[in-house]
Formats: sequence, structure tokens, C-alpha cells
Amino acid sequence: MKTAIIVFPGSNCDRDAQVALKQATGADPAMVWHKDGTIPDGTDLVMVPGGFSYGDALRCGAIAANSPMISQLQAHAARGGYVLGVCNGFQVLCETGLLPGALIRNASLNFVCKSQVLSIANANSAFTSAYAGQSEITIPVAHHDGNYVADEATLDTLEGDGLVAFRYVGNPNGAARDIAGILSRNGRVLGLMPHPERAIGGHEGGTDGLAMFESLVGVV
Amino acid sequence: MTDTSAITAAMQAIQTDADAASHGINAEEWDRLITRLTRHPNLVELGIYSVMWSEHCSYKSSRRHLSKFPTTGERVIQGPGENAGVVDIGDNQAVIFKMESHNHPSYIEPYQGAATGVGGILRDVFTMGARPIALVNALRFGSPDHPKTRSLVAGVVAGIGGYGNCVGVPTVAGETEFDEGYNGNILVNAMAIGLADQDRIFYARGATPGNPIFYVGSKTGRDGIHGATMASAEFSEGDEEKRPTVQVGDPFTEKLLIEACLELMETDAIQAIQDMGAAGLTSSSVEMADSGGVNGEGIGVTIDLDKVPQRETGMTAYEIMLSESQERMLMVLKPGKIDVAKAVFDKYDLDAEVIGETTDTGHLTLLQHGEVVCDIPVAPLAEDAPNYDRPWIEPPKRAPLDMSKYDEPEDYAQILLKLMSCPNMASKRWIWEQYDRHVMGDTVDSSQSMGDAAIVRIHGTPKAIAVTSDCNPHYVAADPYEGGKQAVAEAYRNLSAVGATPIAITDNLNFGNPEKPDTMGYIVKAIEGMAEACRVLDFPVVSGNVSLYNETDGVAIPPTPVCGGVGLIEDVAKTATLKGAQPGDVLILIGETKGHIGASLYAREILGLKGEALGPPPPVDLEVEKRNGDFVRMLIEQGLVNAVHDVSDGGIACAAAEMGMSAGLGWISYFPTEASLHFGENQSSYLVAIDHDRILQIEAMVGEAGCRWCGVYAEIGGKEFVWKDQPNVVSPILREFRIPLSRLREAHEGWLPRYMGKVD
Repeated sequence: MKTAIIVFPGSNCDRDAQVALKQATGADPAMVWHKDGTIPDGTDLVMVPGGFSYGDALRCGAIAANSPMISQLQAHAARGGYVLGVCNGFQVLCETGLLPGALIRNASLNFVCKSQVLSIANANSAFTSAYAGQSEITIPVAHHDGNYVADEATLDTLEGDGLVAFRYVGNPNGAARDIAGILSRNGRVLGLMPHPERAIGGHEGGTDGLAMFESLVGVV
Repeated sequence: MTDTSAITAAMQAIQTDADAASHGINAEEWDRLITRLTRHPNLVELGIYSVMWSEHCSYKSSRRHLSKFPTTGERVIQGPGENAGVVDIGDNQAVIFKMESHNHPSYIEPYQGAATGVGGILRDVFTMGARPIALVNALRFGSPDHPKTRSLVAGVVAGIGGYGNCVGVPTVAGETEFDEGYNGNILVNAMAIGLADQDRIFYARGATPGNPIFYVGSKTGRDGIHGATMASAEFSEGDEEKRPTVQVGDPFTEKLLIEACLELMETDAIQAIQDMGAAGLTSSSVEMADSGGVNGEGIGVTIDLDKVPQRETGMTAYEIMLSESQERMLMVLKPGKIDVAKAVFDKYDLDAEVIGETTDTGHLTLLQHGEVVCDIPVAPLAEDAPNYDRPWIEPPKRAPLDMSKYDEPEDYAQILLKLMSCPNMASKRWIWEQYDRHVMGDTVDSSQSMGDAAIVRIHGTPKAIAVTSDCNPHYVAADPYEGGKQAVAEAYRNLSAVGATPIAITDNLNFGNPEKPDTMGYIVKAIEGMAEACRVLDFPVVSGNVSLYNETDGVAIPPTPVCGGVGLIEDVAKTATLKGAQPGDVLILIGETKGHIGASLYAREILGLKGEALGPPPPVDLEVEKRNGDFVRMLIEQGLVNAVHDVSDGGIACAAAEMGMSAGLGWISYFPTEASLHFGENQSSYLVAIDHDRILQIEAMVGEAGCRWCGVYAEIGGKEFVWKDQPNVVSPILREFRIPLSRLREAHEGWLPRYMGKVD
């Protein structure tokens, strides 16, 4: 699996994503600087990492979503390429329209960093197949704006079509219907607030993120 | 159109002793200034003298005492005197760290004060070529009942999180304390730890004449002017009006600045570098000039202030030189490297300008609008800085606490409940859940384990560092020498408790007004106590910060010399935390308990004592400290223990309860029942969870090591904490106390969220 990571000014989980993808695929991902980078031909997965792109100015992800780099990301998605947006990456994907809905300030109004229990809502996607048979996993969250919102019709569609990938068990941010991560209609774009790249073993985050990368490697 | 001639005239206006006094320069200092300068200074020059000679920049009250600290050692590459301390961790790597206060600004404007405290300490570390890998903070607030406390907690925590989270450096450990002694002066001490290659460490020193001075980062604005002077004076009512002297932070720019500086440091372009912290462009240019030259003989600096990137129009030379705008760095580039440097900063869209050059004049020369607005010799700014031997008096010794005056409590369980849920022992989850503790992917253990020290892996290696911050101001107030010793010893103990070899400390000395002989006595004795502990424990001081004048309306804070300790772990697989106890394990006590209640949590919360009546703190025997630390590290190294916790506030009982709660298990204790033994705070001891079958083995090892132990304190199991008198003891009544784990946890976890969520 050939991978790339988009690095915006203010991205700060790019190295974590790099370590996780290297560990999963055995190959270095291409690190693509927002200004002048190019997503290499033949890239299977583009990861949009967490952080504070453009310092969260205006709205989380709003300025990144208007970066010249986004046209390359959209072209990749249009080709049926895989896209994984984590935390700020999820916010960026919502702002670009690759995923529906938006992420607003946590209901508590406070930043929250904790080990979060998630239920697997869809274990049939390219991102989640290795979670089959597991009902709950624990992955760290760390965000100020992870409260997922969308209109009722969109939420009904997401649920009805099996596009909710993960739900919170014990909602940390007020997200509608406990939604922690959602898939695009073709199942090739996943956005989620929890950080699977911080749960790859050897650290406080545990190991439950590994299966997401294993799922991808298995499918692609 | 700005009238530049009027500004220049104002800048060049000759100043008098009255002007000097309004700048905080006293008559003696004024005398010294005009004698060496052989003339009266103009306004810009006076401003520069006033900040360079402020307590904050010159350490004029503490310098001669700070020299008592041991600052060298096998691992020390750079001790105090540079931006941060540098310590060898092997494999051509070094950790670079420092702690610094942002007390005064945080009281006036808690969010920005705390945020810029984090930003400033990060710059001290990456200025030297280190990638920051961890943040720690030590916070002290007033009484929870004080009307300002809640908003200060909320603002400071949001500020620390807002900055650290955005910049992408994990905040892994900290301490938070409440005491009415901080009602008018909170303490916000932030520590940063960075990682660098030993052959790529950068210093402020070493610039040579004829090279470009390069300004990078944010534009200079009018914020924070005279912040260093504010931090060198007492507060009085109405000081919220000083808000314009508080800087405003921008962590997004800091993140870019980190990446850009580290990228430029990969090339061979930088000769010397200094961040612009307190006193901004003044102190950074003066420090680089003063420590410049091949042999540190000093050089000169000429700056054209019109070239300094400015946020506002019409700024005067005085404002530009004294601004404490954040996220700025000053470098001296090697010849021919301007284009290389500019390209890197262009990539990150950061301002970067050549604003002057180094010279061989030994003078700081400033030009604005084509005219010289400052021309003073650099050396006297540092050399002639006042170095006071302030008068001090020996702090009074306290009489021992006479425990015979107090009844034995009826129920230990109720004592435990009260202690574990009091503001200073209650869980600080509400705070640390607002800090990103996991970014960078190397946090092995953080605040969430309730552990003694956080563990952060050295990226890509099996090595790790452990880090902790410690001070018990109640002990220091009771006996500054013993309290100073204890702060260092506790840091040593907390690092040992996770299996780390303590390698060095940074200190943050927070006290009141040094011009008062009684306060000065606490400063002197605390430093001496700390120095003694550092010497015996081979735990040198490599960096630090002094924050004085923490007084409001003449009342000083409790003396608070905070120690930030760093330890080295060679193999992260060989560590311990306090959470690993297993059902059937026993908790054994390495060390002694003599039931020392003086200055303890028990004395304050249960006996309700204050001040003098609290009595003296527990003494620290440094030889025992070292021996027990070595022993516990050996047990961890050999994999003989499942969990370790040091005994501190609230004594063995609270330590055992914390180990139980973190493991989700209760315990039963048949330990002799006299409250002082359970809640006393004797030093140098550890509770260790071991497999029941290892008791005899550990006992033999304790003997061989020349340590003492108190045998089994409790057996792990069940979901309750239980004390029972031994059935065979000859006693009229067999007592039994118990409390469910769930009830204790609810009380321990509940206090802070309830307090912060309260609606008045």
C-alpha cells in the first residue's frame, strides 16, 4: 500500500501518522507539504493528520479546506482512492465536503484528552474489517471541536446506510447520536475524531488503533 | 504621517535621577550607571538599563546564593547561564530543559499569562536546537473559597492547554495546589524538555563581529512592554490595570517557528541564537553581544530599528526595544547564509529580516529614522548589574508537634475519605484531561496513571526520560533548609519510583520580596537545603528561574522552590508505575514510618492546624534517600515489583489508597493501628507491590542493601480498603475500619469537577 500524508502549517500529528503508516506498510509515506507538494502517482491512501491547521483560524479546518492542495485530495478521492482524516483531518474533510456534517465545539466547551471507548458500528469497511468480532475498542481522543453535527435527514441517512463507522461509548463531546467517525458513500473516505495513530503499541494509547491500519493493508 | 523628528527628540532626551526612579532604578544603581557611562542616559538607554538591571533579568538578589548549587556532573554538558540546561543521555543525544515562572502575568490575565509562559519556555529549549518532547507545569492557586480562584484555575488551565495542545507538544505531568497563601499571587511554573543531538546544540554565545543579525518570527508590537519590570515588583490592589504589560501568545506561529528553526539548524547557517523572552530585543541582543567573541570577550551590535518587522506604525525605539511580543527569535548568521535562512522562513511564511550586524565596538548601537538613539557599552549592562548581599535573618525553628494533645481518630476510613477528597489530594483529572498528553506518540505514562513521574520515550529508541515537578511549600515554610532538601529529595524519589536514574534538575524559586530580611532568610536557607540535597544525591542543577516579589499588599506567598527533575531510563520495558498491583500482591514499605505528623496533610486537614502550630516538617536523611532510591530502582530493573509509589502527602495510607484506586483493587491492612503511622509523612520511603511469594526474597535483599523496611502494609484484593487489628493482639476491642473503593474514588474524582462546575 502506497501512502501519503498532507502536512498543513499547524498540523502536529503528521509525525505520528508517519510512524503508524510506516509500521503498518513497511514503507515511508510521502510527506506532502501543503504549498508545493504533490500526491505521488499511484498513492492508495492519503491521510489528513490531526493538529491545528492554520491555528484553527476562522473555523477548524476551514482554511486548510481552501488550500491549493485540496484539489489534489479531491481528485484522489474522485479516482476512488482511500482517504483517512483524523481529528483536524476529519474537520478538514467535512469542510471540503468529502464528508457530510460539521464538527463544532465540545459540549463541555473544554478540550478533552482521554482514553475513549468506542463501539464498532460498521466492521465491513476497508478501514474497519479487522475489527470484525470486536464490539468495543479503546482509542485516545484529544480535541476541542469534536462535537459532530448534521441535519436530521443526513444523520438518518448515515445510520440507515451503514456509514457510521464508530460511536462513542460515553460521549465525550456531545456528538449527535454518539457519532465518532463516518464513512463516505463509497466507503473509501473515513473521518474520525479519535486518534488510531496514537494507539499502535508501546505507549499510553494502547494498541487498538493497529487494526485500522491492518484493515487497510489487507484490502488495498 | 508620523513626525519622526519629534519621536527621535523624545528618544534622545537626557534623563534625570527622577526618571530613573520611575523606571525602578534606585539611587545607588543610578550612581553606578552614570559613573560608568560618564554621562546621563537618554530615554532608550535608560529603558534598556532598567530592564537589564531588573530582578527578573539580573537575579540581583539571588545571584550570589544561586552559586551554591552544584551545577556540574558527568552528564552535564551545559549548566545554568544559557537558555536551558543540557544533559548527556548517551548515544550522542542530550536532553535540554528548563522551568520558568509566569506568575505575575497569569494573575493579571490568566489565559494569556499561562499560555505565553508555555510559549516562552518552549523557545528556551528549541533555541538550543532541541525538539521539545514534553511539557510539565506546577500550579499554585489561592484558597478554593477565594472569589478569584475558580476563574484563575479555568483561565490558566485553558491557557496552558490552548498553547501546548496547538503547538503539538504533550503536557505529560504537573502538580496543582490550593492554599490561601496564594490568594493574591498565583504561581504558574512551566517546564519544557527537548531532545537534541549533542553535535548540534546551539548557544547564545560565540557570535563574531561582521555578521548579519537576523530577526525571525512574529512582528514586534506594543504588548508586554516592561513585563520584566512588572515581574520585579510587588502587586497592590488595582493591578489588573497592568494588563497591557501582559503579552499575547500565538501558538500557531510558535509551531511554525519551531519547525523553521529546527530546519535551519540542519544547515550550517547559525552562529549564535537567542529567543526574545523577557525584555525582548534588548536582552537577546545584549546577551548575544556580551557572550560573543571567540573567547567570550564580548562584541558589539548595531541594529537599525527601522528594519525590525513592526505590527503597528509609529512605534518608538523605546517601545521596540522593550516590547515582549511573543514568538520572536534573534540569530547571528554565518557569512553568506542569508539566502539559505530566508528560504526556510519563507517556506513557513514567517517574517525574517536582517536588522543589523555584529561589530567589534563593544557597544550596543541603535539607529532609528537615520539617527543614533542609543549608544552604550554592552559590558556594564551585565558586569555592573547589581549583585546584592541582601540582609537576611535566620528563619525561626518551630517546636515539635505534640501529638499527645490529640485523640486517636475513631475511624481511619473517614480520615482517608477526607484526605483523599480535600482540594490538594483530590484528582486533578479536570485539569489534565484538557491537556493533549499523547501527541508525538511517545508518552508511555502521563498524569492519567496518577504516577509519580511521567515517562516519555526517546523517539525511535528503547530509552525514555522520566519527569516530575515537586515542592511542598508547607515544609519549606516550616523549615526552609529541610523543606528545600525535601523538594529535591522528592523529585529524586519520584523518578526512582518509576525506575529512572535521576540525572539533573531545573529549579523555579518562587518567593516574596527579597528586600525584607525575613523573606530573604527563607530564600537563602531553601537554596542551601536544595544545594545540599543536590550534592549528596548527585543531582545537579542545570537551569532555573527565580521569581521574587510574589507579594500583594505586603503579604508574601508561602516560600515555593519548585524542582523539575529529569531521570533517564535505558530500557522502557524496565519501568514501574503505581497502577500495576495484582490481586494477591502485598504492599511492602521500603523505608521507615515514625509517624511524623508535623507540617503534614493530616495536621492541616484533620487537626485543623495552621502556621506555627503545624510544627516542623519531616527531616530527610539524604544517605537513606540515596540508598532506598538505589534499592527500589534495582527491584524495578530486576522485574521483581508490580507497582511502586513513593510515600508523600497523606502518608502510607493515602499512597496505598492511590495504588489501589489505580489498579481498581482494594486491600486489607493489619498494620499496627496508630493513626500517625498511617498518615505521617516520613521521608525516603516507597510502597511496593510484590507477589506474595517474594516476601522472603525481598526481605533478604533489603538486608543486603543496608536498607530498612516495615514489612507488609496491606494485601491487595477485593473492592474495599480495610484496616483490622490483628486478632491475636491483646486489646480490649478489635477495631475494624472499611470504605468501598467506589466511594473513595467518587470522592477523590468528584471534588474538582464539582468545584469548577458550581454556579454561584
